[in-house]
Amino acid sequence: MNSWKRKDLLGLEELSAEEIEFILTTAASFKEVSTREIKKVPALRGKTIANLFFEPSTRTRTSFELAAKRLSADIVNFSPSASSLVKGETVLDTGENLEAMKMDCFIVRHSCAGVVEFLAKRLKASFINAGDGSHEHPTQGLLDIFTIKEKKGGIKGLNVTILGDIRHSRVARSNLWGLLKLGARVTLCGPPTLIPPGIEATGARVTYDLKKALKDADAVNVLRIQVERQKENYFPSPREYSRQYQINAETIRWAKPDVLIMHPGPMNRGLEISSEAAECSNSVILTQVENGVAVRMAVLYLLLVGK
Amino acid sequence: MKKEREIVTGQEVEKIISRLAEEVRAKTDLKNLALIGIRRRGVELAARLQNILEKKSIKLPLGILDITLYRDDLSTAAKQPVVRETQIQFDLEGKDILLVDDVLFTGRTIRAALSELVDFGRPRSIKLLALVDRGHRELPIQPDFTGKFIPAESSQSIEVRLSELDGEDKILLIEP
Repeated sequence: MNSWKRKDLLGLEELSAEEIEFILTTAASFKEVSTREIKKVPALRGKTIANLFFEPSTRTRTSFELAAKRLSADIVNFSPSASSLVKGETVLDTGENLEAMKMDCFIVRHSCAGVVEFLAKRLKASFINAGDGSHEHPTQGLLDIFTIKEKKGGIKGLNVTILGDIRHSRVARSNLWGLLKLGARVTLCGPPTLIPPGIEATGARVTYDLKKALKDADAVNVLRIQVERQKENYFPSPREYSRQYQINAETIRWAKPDVLIMHPGPMNRGLEISSEAAECSNSVILTQVENGVAVRMAVLYLLLVGK
Repeated sequence: MKKEREIVTGQEVEKIISRLAEEVRAKTDLKNLALIGIRRRGVELAARLQNILEKKSIKLPLGILDITLYRDDLSTAAKQPVVRETQIQFDLEGKDILLVDDVLFTGRTIRAALSELVDFGRPRSIKLLALVDRGHRELPIQPDFTGKFIPAESSQSIEVRLSELDGEDKILLIEP
């Protein structure tokens, strides 16, 4: 494969293994650009990109903004609190209005699954899903897989454990689809209330026992526990959760000695992960952030160059 | 069917490269020189020059330049160019750079390479070496070292094959 055909990046479920590999290879070339003294190349000069975040985000929005700027695109940030949405405008109207200002690409995050696809089908610009409800967050999945591949040399045959709130996690879903397509063995682990019934049908293994989930693991992706969900009683208390599922100096010993510890951020230190585990030599959490910019540069390049 | 014709043999290619290495040795300030090969075949070519000169105890640093992100046709290109990694491990500041490419045609690749290089630093000078100059320049760019001048029609293409990538050395003229 040597060129990209799709208009949008909505999720990893619909991509082929070949397409995922192509994005990862392209991202590897872009990583070097951020290490230059002048961290900017003219590839997307004259392109206009809108960051359209209906849900709060600092990391992902900033990462996309940096990626766009390092490619010389112009990027505008659009946040709902300062927008017409509070005045009752529909999402489609917002999109059409921005497109009338000649946007080439929209990066969209929304709390409802499917909103990005809805817009992508109706507008001519390219769309990147930056997280839609608990559906997908493809660039996070890609940067996680990129990081594992970079550290381990490949994906096929690796044991990857995704730990925590699988039920509400778009990060888990994008990782799951991508990793399975590239031939990894994926184990999902968390309290039974946070694992959607029937998810084994994807080909993933499910266990509620952390020790079993970590046995032979090459990488463990620790998801953020959204403390705000505590009201819905998915688990008895944060203390109880930590006791059974926290990644710390003791539990990490159940995995392979060179296991990668990953976290999409923001971390709740002392809840799903201990400070010791987050900072130990197995941790690649900051490498994930670094790779995020390269992966997003690659995606923007592939979607916006060569029509 | 495209018609291919071998216009320079493997032996000749080798001879041309040795002669170019000798010219570079005679005409440049070697203490301050660094080689930069343009992807793809400029890289192998630069590595060969580096090898030949190393046998004469001249050690030169070698960098790899991918100019894709600096092309002037990215916004109009029908086909998406594949991006590969640039690897320049030394500081360009104050260096004399010898830019190495296989075929010099319109000059647009070299224009892109110059823009990219100055974003890495401010070399003292930049010179250009091309294995083949085939004419039809669209920009005011000329090589300082030329392996062979092959006046080809603009509809024809000239392809350099190098053993490292293609199994053997030769230069082909391809009819459309």
